[in-house]
Amino acid sequence: MTMRDVAIIGVGMNDWGELWEDSLRGIWAEAALAALADAGVDRVDAITVGCMSGGLFVGQEHLAALLADEIGMAGVPATRVESACASGGLALKAGFLEVASGQANVVLVTGVEKMTDVSGEDATAALATAADQETEVFFGATFPGLYAMMARAHMARYGTTPEQLAAVAVKNHRHGLANPHAQFRRAITVEEVLASTMVAEPLHILDCSPITDGAAAVVLADLETARRLAHGRPLVRIAGIGHATDRIALHSRPDMTTLPATTAATQKALAMAGKTITDVDVIELHDCFTIAEIMVLEAMGVCPPGQGGTLAPSGRTALGGDIPVNPSGGLKSKGHPVGATGVAQAVEIVTQLRGEAGERQVAGARVGLTQNMGGTGASTVVHVLEVVS
Amino acid sequence: MITVTTPRLVREYPSRYRLEAARCQQCGAVVFPRRLVCPGCRGRSFETVTLRPEGTVATFTVIHVAAPPFRHEVPYVLAVVDLADGARCTCQVADVAPSEVKIGMPVRLEFRRIQEAGEPGVIAYGHKAVPAQ
Repeated sequence: MTMRDVAIIGVGMNDWGELWEDSLRGIWAEAALAALADAGVDRVDAITVGCMSGGLFVGQEHLAALLADEIGMAGVPATRVESACASGGLALKAGFLEVASGQANVVLVTGVEKMTDVSGEDATAALATAADQETEVFFGATFPGLYAMMARAHMARYGTTPEQLAAVAVKNHRHGLANPHAQFRRAITVEEVLASTMVAEPLHILDCSPITDGAAAVVLADLETARRLAHGRPLVRIAGIGHATDRIALHSRPDMTTLPATTAATQKALAMAGKTITDVDVIELHDCFTIAEIMVLEAMGVCPPGQGGTLAPSGRTALGGDIPVNPSGGLKSKGHPVGATGVAQAVEIVTQLRGEAGERQVAGARVGLTQNMGGTGASTVVHVLEVVS
Repeated sequence: MITVTTPRLVREYPSRYRLEAARCQQCGAVVFPRRLVCPGCRGRSFETVTLRPEGTVATFTVIHVAAPPFRHEVPYVLAVVDLADGARCTCQVADVAPSEVKIGMPVRLEFRRIQEAGEPGVIAYGHKAVPAQ
């Protein structure tokens, strides 16, 4: 089958945070309408929804039809996909396939999570369903706990330090200052991270992404339709997609300091795009915990194994560095409404490639990469986006 | 919220209560708990083995923020344990100060109360690691 080129012609998200006055459907509609307005379209051929757990967070499933209905699009085929915290990235992949295959010309891709209707403890329990309930969570594992064990293993093997972990949070918070949609627009210091409440040793609360309500959306179109709707703006296409899984329980993996699914998905996406990692100008990756950014950068080949901890302190991954990572503020500062995150990463990269990122603009960015991860790395979806010449 | 029901507890007895695992006849991997397919080689024939309750700490954390069933136990040590028979498991480390736990520390698995499951409060047992000496 010949695949058609697919462009992202519209992006939108709401202002993320603890949105007690807004419902899941409300924040979803806000993001969806923003993306449709940005694209300049008022009808779509299909909708995809990434959401980890409407059931556990708000007691609502059957989200695809519910949300299509919410914006007066009952009748449009809508599909909800789930892959824990990678649900958003998977929704983008699903939308890409609809357009690439010719099944649809214009698709609304969305991600959403409404997490603050339940207590923090219940949110912890809901998030833990992304781990193995029978062999991990039953014994008291939490998500921060599992990443903490990865961090401890990485520290023992490579000498990674708590200060290096903290530097990731400091950088991403600094980036988030310039993002009007970010949940936490405040600068923090290494000292503040190290003095903050311990969640799961060695991870402090400021090593962890927050609990967030939020939604994000992008509109996809085949290249021909996209050119017609571009109106002189730079056109961004999805040049590569990679998607891989791994053993779900952390203890099942031979090496707890690597993320093989991220390596596989990145290599596949780059190969499809005809690029190497050094061609990438800007990266949005899944920093659900500070150690995750370090391990993901190693897995993607930005640095050798064991060297990930040195990147944030050196400034290389900061805005102005040679490979800016998470200019949006990342999950850490922007927030992490789990099902929305993968779509929001694409929103940021498109904004960057259009040159519309304002104070957080990566100068001259032409190629960007998103990496969205579920569980402790058992699902990873990578997209390579580039400006169409 | 998310409850561990009685049927679920009962069907998980073989691995939880007796440390029953399966050794793949094709590649020799020890699969714990047992499965229909070896995740390493996709072999389908196994012999049932009982794991020796011995191992070492591969990595660990001290949990300070827990989900509801464990809220009264914080801080507690959670570890991945390399078992002597080749499998790995996730479990708590008990009877030791969190600051004393180290990677590589020899441990023994003991049958312990793990949690009270769901609203009926059925007590769920399993294994916790304790220092080997």
